[in-house]
Amino acid sequence: MARIAGVDLPRDKRVEVGLTYIFGIGLHTSQRLLERTRVSPDTRVRELTDDEVNRIREIVDKEMRVEGDLRREISMNIKRLMDIGSYRGLRHRRGLPLRGQRTRTNARTRRGPRRAVGGRKKK
Amino acid sequence: MSRSSKKGPYIDPKLMQKVETMNRATDRRVIKTWARASTVFPGMIGHTVAIHNGKIHVPIFITEQMVGHKLGEFAPTRTYRGHGRDADRRGRR
Repeated sequence: MARIAGVDLPRDKRVEVGLTYIFGIGLHTSQRLLERTRVSPDTRVRELTDDEVNRIREIVDKEMRVEGDLRREISMNIKRLMDIGSYRGLRHRRGLPLRGQRTRTNARTRRGPRRAVGGRKKK
Repeated sequence: MSRSSKKGPYIDPKLMQKVETMNRATDRRVIKTWARASTVFPGMIGHTVAIHNGKIHVPIFITEQMVGHKLGEFAPTRTYRGHGRDADRRGRR
């Protein structure tokens, strides 16, 4: 069983795809990594030899920022934007899109599920 | 699209000149500016720059972390106080 960068252990997938289960490794990074370690992208994860696993692990551990570290870096970046009072920071605080998209409609990814904004009741 | 790195960052030339003469004189007065598009450069750290938001100059104290951002990012141009009940709640406070 291959265990790289902490918790991740996919199995019956091809390595190329299996590696993308690690947060911070997509298909492109995965392919480049396999090229460098000279592992065939077609081998199944369970068929990897210990040596191959170690070659991959070494590069991931030493050179790449993945999983927790990467998540931390991202949230630090967001926190920085908020702390310096920049426009993007303000948008993060309010949970609105940062890059000038319209908010009259859409923007549901950032704003989450719709909440009714019913009309005002007369007193 | 982002700016070509070949050109380097855009810094308002007049603003830079002003900041640099002030640095030489170790002068720390508030600088009014309309140059929202100008990048914050390291020489500006520690100055207070009053950035125009279309209406007034918003005084912003420049810290090290702000370097590389544009001045305009720190002076919002819109005021939004919410709609309906939102606004009521705020009004009552």
